[in-house]
Amino acid sequence: MIKVEGLSKRFGPLVAVDQISFNLEKGEVLGFLGPNGAGKSTSMRMLTGFLKPDEGQVWIGGINLGEEPKRAKAQIGYLPESAAAYRAMTVVEFLKFIAALRGVPNPQRAVDEVIEKTQLGGVERQTIGHLSKGYRQRVGFAQALVHDPPVLILDEPTDGLDPNQKAEVRKLIKSMAQHKAILLSTHILEEMEAVCSRVLLIAKGKLVANGTPAELLSRSEYHGAIAFNLETALTAAQEAQIAAIAGVKALEGEGTNYRLFAESGASLLGPLHKKLLEIGMEPVELQQLKGKMDEVFRNLTLGEEA
Amino acid sequence: MRELKELFKKEWLGYFYSPVAYVFIVIFLFSTVGTTFFLGHFFASNQASLELFFMFHPWLYLFLIPALGMGLWAEERAQGSIELLLTLPISLAEAVLAKFLAAWAFVGLALFLTFPMVFTVLYLGQPDKGVMLTGYLGSFLMGGAYLAIASFTSALTRNQVISFIVTVMVCFTLVLSGWGVFVELLSAWLPTVMVELISNFSFTTHFMNLGKGIVDLRDLIFFFSVMVAGLLLTALVLEKKRGNE
Repeated sequence: MIKVEGLSKRFGPLVAVDQISFNLEKGEVLGFLGPNGAGKSTSMRMLTGFLKPDEGQVWIGGINLGEEPKRAKAQIGYLPESAAAYRAMTVVEFLKFIAALRGVPNPQRAVDEVIEKTQLGGVERQTIGHLSKGYRQRVGFAQALVHDPPVLILDEPTDGLDPNQKAEVRKLIKSMAQHKAILLSTHILEEMEAVCSRVLLIAKGKLVANGTPAELLSRSEYHGAIAFNLETALTAAQEAQIAAIAGVKALEGEGTNYRLFAESGASLLGPLHKKLLEIGMEPVELQQLKGKMDEVFRNLTLGEEA
Repeated sequence: MRELKELFKKEWLGYFYSPVAYVFIVIFLFSTVGTTFFLGHFFASNQASLELFFMFHPWLYLFLIPALGMGLWAEERAQGSIELLLTLPISLAEAVLAKFLAAWAFVGLALFLTFPMVFTVLYLGQPDKGVMLTGYLGSFLMGGAYLAIASFTSALTRNQVISFIVTVMVCFTLVLSGWGVFVELLSAWLPTVMVELISNFSFTTHFMNLGKGIVDLRDLIFFFSVMVAGLLLTALVLEKKRGNE
């Protein structure tokens, strides 16, 4: 549904987006992940036709955005970063305007449906400027959904929301995932793990990783590592014995808490448990780690600086 | 076309959602009618015509129209709603035109609401109805020309005050260059050809003709040219800024 080739944007000497290419199919939720200022918003603004790219092409549902902007934009629902809206209008007026401009066949029904879907009932007659941040964000969401677009582009959809609201928005995104192609940006790692089926990691305008959350996690040095906790601390000899298990990369300890790092692909849970019983140290707690997303994030995004 | 119509409708109705519309209309009516009676000494003139009424329009528009037009694009940018607008399936040209037309129609409404003046002169005497009509046409066209300039300055900045001041300055220059007192001053030390050239670029010169009942194609072309130029520059500036927002 979205195809991007060699997208680049410069602001003076600063290269904000540098040769980004990717595809997004229906049924996918693609997470645009990166530190603040990495070029996420700039990329999304180019995908929605707000900014003109210096180089590169964008196709939305097979239609070239540069050549046929109106037809391409008609297929997109876009939630801008600030959830910008006309603040002097009421929620209903605003949504009706968007629906009518987009040529929705039955604007009244579409607006009613989207108000229900985004739980705006009760505030629909209020002026947008008087709404709280959470409601304004929902209005932005409703505006992006009112024409039931095949492509959704959401710039930080949960930014500024409280934890309950965040959970609601994620639920909403997931419920729509099957029938749409969704691109969302975030710098919240847990969010990406929770909703995205694939992740694009960008740093300094460049694409540094493209894969499922699990694939990214496997790049963590904590991937396959084991955290365990004992009644008493290990002696130096016992530590040496554990470190000698095949596939062990390192053993770290702090008091009675230990972490055992694995060579890539090695499974240590069984051998470690056996060894601990052998040396008479029944573990109080034993847990295999999946990997730490923040560590992968840091390594990949800071690695670009070097 | 649908997009243009819907944006026009939204902009038009938008004037009435906010108190700005009512304040504008009230001030518009008070100032146009007030100047006629108090500065123009309408009754003392002993003439049943709207000449004194229209005479002050170039000066009143100098403040009224920039105030109306300063928000056209500056506010979109300040609110961030420009990002939403330009990602909707509407072309930049349609957006520029729709917003301008809505504001111009609003000027038209304000002008229409001065109709008691027409009834007053009809009651007092036998005015030339054709002259009144061309006077209104001239005033409306001049309002559009001012507004197109305001649209342009509004696209240049996100600060409405700057837009207001720049529009006032530009329009003031264009009013002054055809104002009798100023033209006489110029002709003292400039050749006649130059003076005529300068006053040809003035709102006042072209507006006066229509106010006298003379419908000259050149005057109409002048006002429409200013509008087209203002709107083209608006689109150009927005397109340019779009690359670097």
